[in-house]
Amino acid sequence: MTTPTYSVTRSSQAARVGAVLGALVLILLIAAPWWAGRADMRLMGELFLYLALASLWNLMAGYAGLVSVGQQAYVGFGGYMLFALTMFGGLHPIAAIALAGVLGALISIPVAVLIFRLRGAYFAIGTWVIAEVFRLGFAQVSSLGGGSGSSLPVAIVKSLASKRAMRESLSYWLALGAAVLVITAVYFFLRSRKGLALTAIRDNETAASSLGIDIWRTKFIVYVVTSAFTAMIGALIFLQKLRISPDAAFSVNDWTAFVIFIVVIGGIGTIEGPIIGTLVFFLLRETLADLGTTYLIVLGVVAIVVMLKAPKGLWGLIRSRFDIQIFPLGYRVLKRDKP
Amino acid sequence: MDWLNAVVQGTLLGGLYALFAAGLSLIFGVMRLVNIAHGDLIVLAAYLGLTVTTATGMHPLLALVVVVPVMATIGYALQRGLLNQTLGDDLLPPLLVTFGLSVIIQNALLEGYTADPQKLSAGALETASFDLGGLTLGVLPALTFAIAVVVIWGLQRVFYHTPLGRAFRAVSDNQDIAQLMGLNRRHIFGLAMALALAVTAVAGILLGIRTSFDPSIGGGRLIFGFEAVIIGGLGNLWGTLAGGVILGVAQTVGAKIDPGWQILSGHIAFLIILAVRPNGLFPRISA
Repeated sequence: MTTPTYSVTRSSQAARVGAVLGALVLILLIAAPWWAGRADMRLMGELFLYLALASLWNLMAGYAGLVSVGQQAYVGFGGYMLFALTMFGGLHPIAAIALAGVLGALISIPVAVLIFRLRGAYFAIGTWVIAEVFRLGFAQVSSLGGGSGSSLPVAIVKSLASKRAMRESLSYWLALGAAVLVITAVYFFLRSRKGLALTAIRDNETAASSLGIDIWRTKFIVYVVTSAFTAMIGALIFLQKLRISPDAAFSVNDWTAFVIFIVVIGGIGTIEGPIIGTLVFFLLRETLADLGTTYLIVLGVVAIVVMLKAPKGLWGLIRSRFDIQIFPLGYRVLKRDKP
Repeated sequence: MDWLNAVVQGTLLGGLYALFAAGLSLIFGVMRLVNIAHGDLIVLAAYLGLTVTTATGMHPLLALVVVVPVMATIGYALQRGLLNQTLGDDLLPPLLVTFGLSVIIQNALLEGYTADPQKLSAGALETASFDLGGLTLGVLPALTFAIAVVVIWGLQRVFYHTPLGRAFRAVSDNQDIAQLMGLNRRHIFGLAMALALAVTAVAGILLGIRTSFDPSIGGGRLIFGFEAVIIGGLGNLWGTLAGGVILGVAQTVGAKIDPGWQILSGHIAFLIILAVRPNGLFPRISA
């Protein structure tokens, strides 16, 4: 007779296969400067930065229930900090990116205290007001070019690396590194004690609160951390673009609408969702971009249909069919028969 | 006198913002829906006005006869066909669907009317003015303010003195019990959205006469309307008018100090009120 024993595990076959495959893909991507063309590398760099933004927005909206349509505030803030710190502070661009993150966290604290007074959808529009305040505020700073913006001086660009090929590789690696860093950070955050609290809040705020979770504090931490990372990504984006203006830096379409579509289409509230969403988004963009505005209409329609018909997105469809999780967050009970 | 002038002009401007906000306030009150596409619908109304006036040569204010019913129909269809499906306990679907809608409307307008700024021409009304106690007031801003007062009075009347208003209040209080009492909430929501977009049509036409517009300005209008709602306090229509006036005055006074600060000072006034009175100045319901 055999007595079944039970063991609790987080890992699964899919996760192990996923980890090995992920590592192989990562090695391949790190080596991209040796096998990919310049245009491809640029595109992939942009893809990684969108992936990072989408993962961050997903952490806020999908887990903390903070639906923001104003993340462009921090993208633009980070971009402007990169310009200000390198041009007037004399910092090396990479140091400026790190410092932009710190400043992004600092500025997000009073912002959070203020807009956390708004709930739900009103919170969303409140974040947009903040982004508008940032945009109009930076447009008043004449040393940064005012409303028409400014370009990054050549000397600063050259301080990154003197040769163009090296510069391009470096900015590609920074983008890749940012995406990997953000996804890893989100993954380990969600596996931690705080992450468990966050998942509890996502599932039922009242129940979580009755278990002693400080909801305001948990959401506040998520907001500040997300803002810091978003500001760093923003700095990276404008290091690639080399030119900044208030309208480009605080564009609601570029830095929020697309990001929301990515997360919704891929699957909100999962780590895998933004990855799939980003791939689908870039696939659509590269094939339909010639259509101009029609492309954006198509994107809006796709997002609405997904939200109504498959609210868990593409990854939700896959998961309900195959029951796999590549980034193991939940625990599962395994039954083993003992001889 | 200059300052008094700025305050009076800001008050009149506030009428327009109250019209932006009234529709937003109405649908939030009835179905707790925040419509991110609201600003784009205002712009859509302005473009419909443009089409009607250029096709028939009508005066833009007369074009309201066409635009108001069209927008109301769009509202009813939109609510029954799309937005009703998003309502529920979850916050995300309505938010993201209306956000998608906003992008669709904006780009469809871009496709149909190009990005060129347009304006509704109202002839002599645009420049007409009259003197009042040493101040010179534009007829159009004064008319806008008067219309705002009438619209809000009318909405208030509908809400508290008609069977339709009773139905609105009933579904707002408790959807399930209202349904049990024989109200079809899907139909009621459709009517609420129709009424909201009828008001939006008025706001869009008055916006189009006052300033030039292009497909991208919807987001800004949404924000002004939203700020007026929050300043005034949720669920209070007269409060919304007061909120619009405060926002308008903050903007004109800010512009008086430095022209670059017009919009920014409106936002700052909003943030200060949010910090001091998070529920707005005259709250009636809590969100």
